[in-house]
Amino acid sequence: MDKGRFGIHGGQYVPETLMNEIHKLEKAYEFYKNDPEFNAELDKLNREYAGRPSLLYYAENMTKTLGGAKIYFKREDLNHTGAHKINNVLGQALLAKKMGKKRLIAETGAGQHGVATATAAAYMGLECEIFMGRVDTERQALNVYRMELLGAKVHPVDSGTKTLKDAVNECMREWTRRPEDTLYALGSVMGPHPFPTIVRDFQSVISREARAQILEKEGRLPDAVMACVGGGSNAIGMFYEFIKDEGVRLIGCEAAGKGVDTDKTAATMATGTLGVFHGMKSYFCQDNYGQIAPVYSISAGLDYPGVGPEHANLKDMGRAEYVAVTDDEAVEAFEFIAKQEGIIAAIESSHAVAHLMKLAPTMSKDQIIICCLSGRGDKDVAAIARYKGVDLHE
Amino acid sequence: MNRIDKAFDNNKGFIAFISAGDPSLEKTKEFVIEMEKAGAALVELGIPFSDPIAEGEVIQGANVRALQAGTTTDKIFDMVKELRKETNIPLVFLCYLNSVFKYGYENFCKKCVEAGIDGLIIPDMPLEEKGELLPVMDKYDLYLIPLIAPTSKERIREIAKNAKGFIYVVSSLGVTGVRSEITTDVKSIVSEIRKVTDTPACIGFGISKPSQVADYTEYADGAIVGSAIVKIIGEYKDEAGPHLYEYVKQMCDAVVKK
Repeated sequence: MDKGRFGIHGGQYVPETLMNEIHKLEKAYEFYKNDPEFNAELDKLNREYAGRPSLLYYAENMTKTLGGAKIYFKREDLNHTGAHKINNVLGQALLAKKMGKKRLIAETGAGQHGVATATAAAYMGLECEIFMGRVDTERQALNVYRMELLGAKVHPVDSGTKTLKDAVNECMREWTRRPEDTLYALGSVMGPHPFPTIVRDFQSVISREARAQILEKEGRLPDAVMACVGGGSNAIGMFYEFIKDEGVRLIGCEAAGKGVDTDKTAATMATGTLGVFHGMKSYFCQDNYGQIAPVYSISAGLDYPGVGPEHANLKDMGRAEYVAVTDDEAVEAFEFIAKQEGIIAAIESSHAVAHLMKLAPTMSKDQIIICCLSGRGDKDVAAIARYKGVDLHE
Repeated sequence: MNRIDKAFDNNKGFIAFISAGDPSLEKTKEFVIEMEKAGAALVELGIPFSDPIAEGEVIQGANVRALQAGTTTDKIFDMVKELRKETNIPLVFLCYLNSVFKYGYENFCKKCVEAGIDGLIIPDMPLEEKGELLPVMDKYDLYLIPLIAPTSKERIREIAKNAKGFIYVVSSLGVTGVRSEITTDVKSIVSEIRKVTDTPACIGFGISKPSQVADYTEYADGAIVGSAIVKIIGEYKDEAGPHLYEYVKQMCDAVVKK
């Protein structure tokens, strides 16, 4: 019962057909995570393929404009494929190779995890099939084409709300159809054990680097680190090495959509309740009968009705704080960071930037915030233009 | 005494699945009675769920229709209570764990027994996770029907050994749905089960034809059909009753006699 638990959260709530495969994955990961050869290969991939370490960038303009804490960005947007997703995918693809798997399948929301998976599969010679909600294939059409260019087959998902949650459902179904030669390369710190742990370990490179970088640049730890939270993979990556540093505030920014008091929201921490779904016990947006709620956010990557079990536990323990950021605030932040720093950040990451804009001025000049820029925003430009009512004649 | 204990006493059985509330709970009641008349040994009632990850398109569709018709767990309990005035056929719920968890394990099990439900099939609660719910079910003499899959292998004995009611043997990889061919060596799974328990073993997933029922009940205690039945309901809706009777009767006639 305690296996793969974070407090009361986590667990392995999946169909029997998958259990043997899940146990095989657990065993393989337990072995390879301590295997020097595996770690050397992964390290090399991270450095020479993904372009790590990513920069810890001092945002001087924003620091001055906002007039409070010193602001640093952890630039995951500069990784190969343009987001933090590659950190996890290289690890899982390498694991799949070691396990003798032939095929990777993955869900994607905004398309970033799908692109990263397709990239790793192309590089490592694995077949790749990506499941993406029909709505998301439309709002992120460029990423669909990108995945196809990389040799992946993209399956639009027409069930349910046709977004990220439904893509996960379809991926689980596909994995039960063909488990033995396939690894489901789950994209976030969610799903059944061991995924929340595997993905967290591969993403924790973010905070491992950031912690060393800030100590080098400032000679001290930051006062706060922050990141956007959908399932929560870049956030757990940004938090993980700082969890033990009690003086560092950990702040997760989830998508409020049109507002947490409306039904057009994806703010699980603010509005969700305890449930069991997608293989894990955690918080979910759901009704009194446990029907999973249709959620909404401008950001396809945060448009998810649950949150990873480790985040749920960090919230229960009071170790991390979670705030909700609306579409409007995120779009404003998207424009602000572009004009201030010359960085087009993903609309997902812009949720964290929006809260940063509120938080930094309340802090003193000798305090430090590190905000994770989880991805770049090229994919969002057309959607932001539409949101602002600009006709791009695409 | 749990009603399932008697279901396989004198014969092998045909088990029918329908989604409760598709197209309405009133019709669900009628369909159960029709299928009992046609010879079904047990009926599985699906509690519709927003995200049924073990279901193929046909049963997903039934879930959507049932939810759109306003079906809730409480209304299903009320319907089962009414149904129990007319029949003593063993009834189990097929439901996803969140429906039970969110209702409260204690409250859900109590309501099941009060309404006349005999067991639960929970496709997203494997062996590893039954520890929270099982003691509550035991208290109410509600049976947990375990699933064994083609990939279960060395897990078969552990799953089967303390099973009550019957064991649901999943014939194929993948989700529910009609299949033209089933390639799993189901017979060896059943014989593995027989080594550790006398609890009836029934085979489901992909079955739609009487010939399949005949083949499987040669060595198993029952055959389970869902998608093929749900398809009939999807096609004939309110008028499905007589069609269900005809179909289930053919299937029941194909069951090998003990």
